[in-house]
Amino acid sequence: MASPTAYRKPLPTIDVWNKPFWDACREHRFIAQKDNRSAHVWFPPGPVCPTNRSSDWRWVDLSGRGTVWSWVAFHQKYYDGFESEMPYNVATVELDEGPRIMTNIVNTTNDKIHVGMRVGVTFHDVDDGLAIPLFQPLAEGGR
Amino acid sequence: MADWPLRDKICMVGIGTTAYGSFPETDSYGLGAEALGKAVADAGLSYDDIDGLIVNRIPSYDRFAEIVGLNPRFTLLTETPGRFSAISLMIAAQVLAAGEASYIALVYGNNGRSQRMMYGGGAGTWAPWGMTSPGAIHAMMYRRHMHLYGSTSEQLAHIAVAFRKHAGLNPNAVMRKPITIADHQASRFICEPLHLFDYCLINDGAVAWIMTTAERAKDLRRPPVYVSGFARQDTLVESSTPDPELWYPALQRVAAQVYDRAGIARDAVDGLMIYDNFTPTVIFSLEGMGFCPRGQGGEFVRDGTLELGRGRLPTNTSGGHHSESYMQGWALIAEAVRQLRRDECGGRQIPDCDVVQYICATNCATSIIFRR
Repeated sequence: MASPTAYRKPLPTIDVWNKPFWDACREHRFIAQKDNRSAHVWFPPGPVCPTNRSSDWRWVDLSGRGTVWSWVAFHQKYYDGFESEMPYNVATVELDEGPRIMTNIVNTTNDKIHVGMRVGVTFHDVDDGLAIPLFQPLAEGGR
Repeated sequence: MADWPLRDKICMVGIGTTAYGSFPETDSYGLGAEALGKAVADAGLSYDDIDGLIVNRIPSYDRFAEIVGLNPRFTLLTETPGRFSAISLMIAAQVLAAGEASYIALVYGNNGRSQRMMYGGGAGTWAPWGMTSPGAIHAMMYRRHMHLYGSTSEQLAHIAVAFRKHAGLNPNAVMRKPITIADHQASRFICEPLHLFDYCLINDGAVAWIMTTAERAKDLRRPPVYVSGFARQDTLVESSTPDPELWYPALQRVAAQVYDRAGIARDAVDGLMIYDNFTPTVIFSLEGMGFCPRGQGGEFVRDGTLELGRGRLPTNTSGGHHSESYMQGWALIAEAVRQLRRDECGGRQIPDCDVVQYICATNCATSIIFRR
């Protein structure tokens, strides 16, 4: 594990709604809120289901799989912590359960990333208190 | 359909713009005060006539009002994103129509250049993954457009080239040296697939407009420009990530209203002012308003469609955000007014200009139709 001082990327902004998500990431679980009646799953976390405004929801484990909806490569430096990886990628991933998130695609090179690519979650342990969910290619035909 | 109650009821009667560039000796208050002075004089009004004030990008409405010595009966500070230029205009129109003010001054001032504004970095939902900046969102959306419709980076170059050509006809534009398609393609990537020349400028400057009712407008110094129609549709659900529909349904809804409200057909539009923070929004705007079929915006903008003297739809005749000035829609609307006055644009005048449409493709999609 990297020491906290060595990790220079931006840290998540923890709030009352997303704290369970980040706590679960630390245990390498990828979770989201699911409405108990509509079964709608959403992200980022919030107080009510955005489709029926109900607070009758629970946290559920997601498959951690999704499909690249689009992606970009940053050539301009906005964060010192990403400088050594430029041009680094950011992808919008449509999770199999519905929500779209943004993340980095790792364990591949930018020239291999494409819209429609199947990807699955993996975790980068920053320290004992924080793990960042990242995505990596699934084997061709990966569900 | 019954006539829209605000059709041609509100007018743009005063326009003031500063020089554009880097002015560290002043700030957004100083620039805004200068633009306001020019707009009041342009309208032939006095400060005592101004009883409404909307301030944008200037940090404090009360400090600005104090600086320019105004006690309005309606004052408002609107949010900083560029979508709020049109929104500010729409609010002012509704306030004037309701009789809650007689002459509203709308003042925008920006000193982002001398403040070294970055438009990226800092905290945010996606900061842990390095996702930041409005440009990156547009890059993400345009990559999707490329995937769905086969559009290309080279098609965006035609937009940047057209706007730069127009800037060459505008003595107040910041970037006037012509560029070529090859120059665009050779410019460095900022957020791939977008190049430097897909990005707008960052510069200092200010714009002010004076708006009033059509009745009052008749007696003023300059011929009125009518706000014939406007419409808006927001896309805020799931807006932490790029809209999967690339704002098309919202823009279509705006298109379904704005021409009807104005009583002016799309074919009657003589020129366009399109919010061009990044070149892809021009394509999204053209498709969304129905100037071309969905997905064909990239092909549509090739070969001079948007160029004065060449194409059917002269667009951003001032040079727009890409080449004139990054005034977040405010200077584009000033240009619309000047085009419709027909005596201020010199070599960039659209011939026989009767109708100009402003379009802004964002999470808050807007369009305004102006006529002389």
